[in-house]
Amino acid sequence: MKEFWERYKRNKGAVIGLYVVVFVVLVAILAPILFSASPWELAGRPFLPPMSPKFLLGTDMLGRDILAGLAHGARVSLIVGIASALASTTIGILVGGIAGYYGGRIDDALMRFTELFQTIPSFILAIVLVAILNPTIYSVVLAIAIISWPPIARLVRGEFLSLREREFVMASIVIGQSDMRIIFTQILPNAMGPIIVMASLMVAGAILLEGSLSFLGFGDPEMMSWGFMIGSSRNLIRVAWWMSLFPGLAIFVTVLALNLVGEGLTDALNPRLAREVKA
Amino acid sequence: MVQDEGLAEPDKLLDIRALTVALPPEADRPHAVEDITLTLNRGEVLCIVGESGSGKSITAHAVMGLLPEPHVRIVGGEIGFEGQAITTLKPAAWRDLRGRRMGMIFQEPMTALNPVMRIGSQIDEVLSAHIKISSSERQKRVVELLDSVGLPDPAQLVDTYPFRLSGGQRQRVMIAAALALEPALLIADEPTTALDVTTQMQILHLIKDLQKKMDMGVLFITHDFGVVTEIADRVAVMQEGRIVEIGTLQQVLNDPQHDYTKRLIAAVPKLREEARSHENEKVVLSTRGVCKTFSQAGGIITQRRVVNAVKNVDLSIRAGETLGLVGESGSGKSTFARCLVRLVDPDSGEIWFANQNIVQLSARSLRRLRPRIQMIFQDPYASLNPRRKVGRIIAEGPIAQGTSRRTAMENGRELLLLVGLDPAVADRYPHEFSGGQRQRIGIARALALKPEVLIADEPVSALDVSVQAQILELLADLKERLNLALIFITHDLRVAAQVCDSIAVMRLGEIVEMGLKADVFRRPKHEYTRALLDAIPGKKLLLE
Repeated sequence: MKEFWERYKRNKGAVIGLYVVVFVVLVAILAPILFSASPWELAGRPFLPPMSPKFLLGTDMLGRDILAGLAHGARVSLIVGIASALASTTIGILVGGIAGYYGGRIDDALMRFTELFQTIPSFILAIVLVAILNPTIYSVVLAIAIISWPPIARLVRGEFLSLREREFVMASIVIGQSDMRIIFTQILPNAMGPIIVMASLMVAGAILLEGSLSFLGFGDPEMMSWGFMIGSSRNLIRVAWWMSLFPGLAIFVTVLALNLVGEGLTDALNPRLAREVKA
Repeated sequence: MVQDEGLAEPDKLLDIRALTVALPPEADRPHAVEDITLTLNRGEVLCIVGESGSGKSITAHAVMGLLPEPHVRIVGGEIGFEGQAITTLKPAAWRDLRGRRMGMIFQEPMTALNPVMRIGSQIDEVLSAHIKISSSERQKRVVELLDSVGLPDPAQLVDTYPFRLSGGQRQRVMIAAALALEPALLIADEPTTALDVTTQMQILHLIKDLQKKMDMGVLFITHDFGVVTEIADRVAVMQEGRIVEIGTLQQVLNDPQHDYTKRLIAAVPKLREEARSHENEKVVLSTRGVCKTFSQAGGIITQRRVVNAVKNVDLSIRAGETLGLVGESGSGKSTFARCLVRLVDPDSGEIWFANQNIVQLSARSLRRLRPRIQMIFQDPYASLNPRRKVGRIIAEGPIAQGTSRRTAMENGRELLLLVGLDPAVADRYPHEFSGGQRQRIGIARALALKPEVLIADEPVSALDVSVQAQILELLADLKERLNLALIFITHDLRVAAQVCDSIAVMRLGEIVEMGLKADVFRRPKHEYTRALLDAIPGKKLLLE
């Protein structure tokens, strides 16, 4: 663990990224305390520019506090990002692991199934899913997970294909361990490095997707999100630039920070693979 | 080079004096080689023998100016070559010397050639870099060179790519390239280690012939005392960066002075005649007509390729017997072993064990039977899960068979003791152990299930000779105590000669000869067996 941190620390960008991510997480956790009122509440006069008294980042066209919106939006972004990354990683590990371990026909079938998802324009599929299921935070998470697992499945399959030929896996077969045991206790821990890196990048991707969905009005209408803030103020950008700029910056900085963290994890977890996973 | 002749002592080609090479600070010892002094005369073969980590390769690289500086660098002493001190040469002067006056061949012929460059151009490069002759003359010279290293049809070969050549042929190409400019010194770093025995012998003969013809000095690095007896005029023995003994082949072999040399020579496997007959024991495992073919599906351009890995193998082994399955790479011996434990499903044939045909067992009944046939693997670095503690690795088998975790872990500690390790190491991870220790752990894992048949797939081929001897002793001892039937798969006839009771020789998927060890070694019937026996390096050592 100490060694891991040593290698991570060597990547300066990744350390800065980690600070930013920790900051965003803190804001998300503390949002209800820092801004106890609902972010939807009409708190002041509309169209207040940034640096106005009481409203550091100004207000929007209905007089809602933009800073409060950002803080509460961080919650949605992180919940959606983490939950859908977890879900897609789980699906990816199951599909890729089984395909890679068993090979042959099972592999063929699962990979054709994966390709099916890769050939459908994924963002449109996400919109369709959210539209059919009614936009709630759950359906958004589900939609994002469903469109983003194929790359993980492919990665896991590749790792499994090479690991299952290793002698320690053969030894596990010979001593009579069951297939599931071998997959989860022998092979998976050895494949975890690249998977963790990929998952951390998935979080960033999911935040972007959630932003895009909310921008188009397919977000959870109950919850303030960054994408919604940009979407609702986009036609006022010439009159009131701050309304879309700050949530845009929030998305940009968070996603960048997560990518930096992913890069640092790559360096720390797979010193040899470094810089391949990103592609 | 004429001007140098006067300065040099006439015969002394290479003169290493008090050479010390430093390792980077985080290495396990300060110096890779320490204070070594040796000379090599023209027309002489000097073998440097040592186990891995002894510094023998570093010595060779220092002479070639190929040390990975600045991490590993010369800190003391000097190297004289043809009367000239070469340690202080500028890079350009080094380049001129390398290739023209010194040639080098490496261990791994598969990676030493550029895969996307024609054979001819790779040798031509050496010529064009050093001498100015017309390209047509160079081409003629390349063909001559390929001819001189005994490659068939050299005129055609010039235009082919390395992937069409076998390992032995590639090594011949490497030799041709190294000798292109008739260097005075050839450095050979384990040039035959990656080759099959019969090919190894051919390459050794080739090097010896060319060395005589060209009156070269050869610095030959090897870990194998058998190889030494085939080629050396003089021998230097290295241990942990120092030369512990140097002398003529006869001196070192017949009258070794240093303890380490004695140990190394003693560790060379010897034919043990006292093979026990097991005819009265019951047959525990037998196979009938086992076949396995691998096929590569053909594409639009490529043809469908079928490889008969195992063809109609009939075999039986009795309790307490050690059966050696011997063959060169590609003979199908490993595939056959994997069929026996159903890591590979045979296409046809029967494998009988405990009155059941294993080939037809369902996955579930197979799993119940698995503990009784266990396997030891070749690569001690790949055969243990790097993320599991040793105690757990050993206990996993019994746990999978339903033993409680606690009992399994406790038995695991006893097993560690049985294979000669401290039970306290159960809490460590595999990377903390040496190759030999890991192989012991692998053996403990197999024994944890109390098997009746143990299949050892090249269990010592990745180990140094002295460690190899210890592991072989351990296996023999355990086998005796537990009355195991042991199927010992190896490419090394010397090892088989030492540990086995009977021997089966495989070639291209078939067993060509099978019999008691003494018969096979003293009175081989099949010509392939004879060829294999003739190719054993240091045969004298083995049969004495």
